Amino acid sequence: MELFRNTNIDFLGKKWYFLAFSLVFSLAGLFSMVFWHGIPLGVDFRGGTLVYVKYAHRPDPAGIHAELVRAGLKNARVQAYDKPEYNEVLIALDIQETSEQSLDKGKIQIIQALQSNAPAGKQDLNNASSLTIMDHLLKNDPLQAGADANQRYGVITQAIVGYRDKQKGGVLSSLDELKGTVDAAVVGSLQEGFFVSDFGVRNVEIVGPQVGKQLQKQAFLATAYSLAGMLIYLGFRFEWIYGVAAVLTVFHDTLITVGAFSLLNWEISLTVIAAILTLIGYSNNDTIVVFDRIRENIKLLRREPLADIVNKSINQTLSRTILTAGLTFLTVLALFLFGGEVLRGFSFALVIGILIGTYSSIAIAAPILVAYQDWRQDRGKRPVAIPARTATRQDGPKEKVKA
Amino acid sequence: MNKTLLWKLVIILAILVVFTLGIFGPPWNWSGHSALALVTDRIHLGLDLKGGTHLILQVQVNDAVNVDSDNSMARLKEDMRTHKINYVEISKPDPVGHPDMIVIKGVAPEQRSDLQTIVADRLPEYNVTSGAENSYIITMKTQSLADLKNRAVAQAIETIRNRIDSLGVNEPVIQEHGLGAYQILVQLPGVDDPARVKEIMQSTAMLEIKQSLGGPYSSQQQALQEHNGVLPPDAVLMQGRSIGRSDDTGEVWYLISRASAVTGSDLRTAESSRDENGQPAVRFVLTGEGGRKFYAFTSAHVGDNLAVVLDNRVQEVAVIRDAIRDNGVINGRFTEQQTRDLSMVLRSGALPASIKYLEERTVGPSLGADSIRSGVQAAVVGMAAVLVFMLIYYRGAGINADIALILNLIILLGFMGYFGAVLTLPGIAGVILTVGMGVDSNVLIFERIREELRNGKTPPSAVEQGFSHAWITIVDTHVTTIVSAAILFIFGTGPVRGFATTLVFGLAANLFTAVFVSRAIFDWILSRKQRGEALSI
Repeated sequence: MELFRNTNIDFLGKKWYFLAFSLVFSLAGLFSMVFWHGIPLGVDFRGGTLVYVKYAHRPDPAGIHAELVRAGLKNARVQAYDKPEYNEVLIALDIQETSEQSLDKGKIQIIQALQSNAPAGKQDLNNASSLTIMDHLLKNDPLQAGADANQRYGVITQAIVGYRDKQKGGVLSSLDELKGTVDAAVVGSLQEGFFVSDFGVRNVEIVGPQVGKQLQKQAFLATAYSLAGMLIYLGFRFEWIYGVAAVLTVFHDTLITVGAFSLLNWEISLTVIAAILTLIGYSNNDTIVVFDRIRENIKLLRREPLADIVNKSINQTLSRTILTAGLTFLTVLALFLFGGEVLRGFSFALVIGILIGTYSSIAIAAPILVAYQDWRQDRGKRPVAIPARTATRQDGPKEKVKA
Repeated sequence: MNKTLLWKLVIILAILVVFTLGIFGPPWNWSGHSALALVTDRIHLGLDLKGGTHLILQVQVNDAVNVDSDNSMARLKEDMRTHKINYVEISKPDPVGHPDMIVIKGVAPEQRSDLQTIVADRLPEYNVTSGAENSYIITMKTQSLADLKNRAVAQAIETIRNRIDSLGVNEPVIQEHGLGAYQILVQLPGVDDPARVKEIMQSTAMLEIKQSLGGPYSSQQQALQEHNGVLPPDAVLMQGRSIGRSDDTGEVWYLISRASAVTGSDLRTAESSRDENGQPAVRFVLTGEGGRKFYAFTSAHVGDNLAVVLDNRVQEVAVIRDAIRDNGVINGRFTEQQTRDLSMVLRSGALPASIKYLEERTVGPSLGADSIRSGVQAAVVGMAAVLVFMLIYYRGAGINADIALILNLIILLGFMGYFGAVLTLPGIAGVILTVGMGVDSNVLIFERIREELRNGKTPPSAVEQGFSHAWITIVDTHVTTIVSAAILFIFGTGPVRGFATTLVFGLAANLFTAVFVSRAIFDWILSRKQRGEALSI
C-alpha cells in the first residue's frame, strides 16, 4: 500500500497561506493570553489546594459549595470532575486560603465540612487511613488475637482498605459491605468506632506559594534550555541558520499549543510542560528530516535554485512525514481518549502539538531557509545555496540522482 | 546463511534474553509468583500509580545558625569577662535577617586588639569588623555559614530517615530537593493519610532535663510578681501543662534554669512504657557520659525540682528524691500512641532546625488503580493501532517493523528493571509515545528503501542505501528528543521524571532495534530470496 507517491506540491508557493494560518492561530492564542484568559496556570505553578472527592452517589456541586461556605470556605470552587458516572468533584481553594504555616489546613477544613452529619465520637471509615483502622482493631481486639495480634490485624486492615479502594473505588456505602471480606466480629467492632460518610478523598494536591514560584521558574528554564540545546546541536550539525529556523519553528509550535490552552482556559500543569518539552523534541525531528534531505539535495543538485530544492525535499519526505505524524498521532489520540482524566491536559497538548509540529516543519521551517537566502541575495551577497556542512556524513558511494 | 548474519542473530537473541531477565528477574526467583508480581517487583510503580504521599519541606536553617550564634555569644561573653574586656552591650540585632550577626557596643579602643584575638582564637568560624562608635560586628565566615546550613539539611535528612524507617514505610524516598533552597523531598508510598507521619517528621524532639527553680505560676505576671519583677539572669519562664489533678487542663508557667543537666544527645534509648500509676509514659536510658552528668546533677540537687522539657515546653516537674544515674521517665498525660511516637522521635535524634511543609500531594490507592487501568488501556490501544497499520501499509516489512517495536518495548522495560527505574502514569504515556516515535525510524528507512526501489535499484542495494541514508537522520532526530527528555529529567520530579526516564530509555533502545535488528531481519529475508525476486515492502 502506498498513499503518497511522487507528489509534487509547490509548498513554497503557498507560503502566504501558511503565514496567514500561523498568524491567525498565534495571534488568537496571544490575544487570549494577554486580554482574555491569560496563561491559565495549574495548581503546580499558582499554588493552592485541590481535593478530589468521590461520592457514593451523583454529587451536587451547588450543595457541596453551600456546605463549604457554611464552614467558612467562601472562595472554594466546586466542579464536577471526569465522567459524570464516576461521581467525582474537584474542590479547589486558591492560594489565599492555603497558608504555608499549616499547609493542610484547607484540606482538613474541607473534609470536616463535608462530614457535617458525622455521629459524635465516630471516625469516618471512608477517609480513615490504614493506621487508624489498625489502631482501632488493636485497641478493641474483637478476635481476642493474643500474641500475633499485630500480624493478624495487619492482614485484616489490608483486606478492609483493599476492598474499599480496589473493589469499591474508595467509597463504601455501608459498613455491612465488609461482611464478605472480614469476620463479622471485626465488622461489629468497626461499627462501634466508625461510620461511613458518602464520600472518599481520592487525591489531594497542596502547593505552597514558594514552590509554585520555584516551579514556574524551573518550567521556564527547562523550556529555554531545551530550545538552546536544539539551537546549539543544529548549529553544530548543520549551519546556524538551520538551527535558527528550527528554533523559530518550535517556538511557533509552543506558542500555538500554549495559546490553545489559554483559549480553552485549560490549566497548564507540570505534566503539560513535560508534554510541551516533548513536542519541542518531536517537532524538531520532523524539521530535521526535511533539513537532512535539503542538505543532501543541495550537494546533488548544485545548480537548482534553493526554492526548488526545498520543495523537492519536502515532497520526497512528505510520505514519511505524514506517516510518522499519523502514527504518533494515533498513539497520542489513544492516550487522549483512553488515558483517563489525570492525563487529559498532557495528552491534549500532545494532540495539538503533533498536528502543529508536523505542519510547521513543512510550512514554517523550510520557508525560513528560503526567505533567509532571498534576503541575503537582496543585500547583494553571493547568491549560492546555503552550504551545508558535509564533513560528518558517512553515507555510501556518491551517485548521480535519478530524477 | 552467512557468518555475519548468524552473529547478528546471536547478538539479538542474547539481548532479548538479557532484557527479558531484566523485566522478570532471574529465573530462580520465578517459582510461585505471577508474571505481574515479578514485573512490579523489578519496575517500581510511582506514587501516582500505587498511591502514597509526596511532601516537599524546607529546613529552616536559620534556626541552626541562631543556635550556633547563641552559643558563640555566650562563649564570647565568658571570654571577655575572663580577659577583662569591658563593653556596654552585646546582642544579636537581627535574628531573622542575619541570624549569625553579633554586635558588641562600647568597647574601649585600646582593647580592640584583645577582642580581635579572642574572636580569632575562640570563634574561628567568625569574622570581626569594627563599626561606628567603638562597636564591633561579628559575623560568620561565608564558607562556614554555608557549611553550617548544609550540615543542618544533611542532619535533618538523616533524622527524618530514621523516623520514617522506624514507622515501617516501604521504599521511602528522602533526598535533598532543588538547588540550594534547603528543601527536602519525601515520598512515602502507601501512606494515604500523611497527618501523623508529618507530625512525627516535624517534631524537633529537643529533650532537655533542667532544674526547675519555681512554679507553677498561673501566669507570667504572677511569676514576675513573686520575684519582685526581676527574674534571675540564668533562668527563663517556660509554659507547660499543669501537673496534678488529671481533670485540670490549664496552662501554667515554671521558672526553669537556662543550663541543662542532660539533653537528647545524651540518650542511649527511649521506649514507651507505663509510669507507677499505670499511665502511658516514655522511659529513657542515658549513655555512659550522660549518666555521669545526670548523677552529678541529681546528687547535688537532692530535694530540688527537676523539669523535663521537650521542645521548650515543660512536660513534667518532679522532686529529686535520690541521685539518679542513667534512667528516667517522661510522663505527661500521653496516649499510648503518643508515647510510642515520642520514644521513637527521641531515639531518632533531634532535628537541627524546625521544618516547614511547602508542598503536599496525596494519591489515594483507588485513584492509582484507576490510573493504571486507563494507562494500560491507552497503551494497548495505541500500540495495537500502530502494529496493525504497519502490517497493512508495509506488508512483509511491516512484520519486520512490528518485531523491532516489540523488541524495543522489551528492551525499554528490561532497562527499567535493571536500573530499578520508577514507572509513573506519564511514564506509561512515555512508553506509548516511544512506540509512536520509535516507529518513525522504521518509516524513514522503509520509505527510503521504497524510493530507491522506485529508482530501479535491486532489493539488496535498495536496503543498503535505505539504511545508510536514513541512519544520519535517525541519529539527529533521536539526539534532539533525548536532549529534551534529559532536560526534563534534570528539572522534573516524580511523575514528570518518570516520563523522561521511559522516553530516554525507549528512544535509546529504538536506535538499536530500528537500525540493527531491522537490518538483520532484512538481510535474513534477502539471503533466502532468489536474485531479482521482489521485496515485500
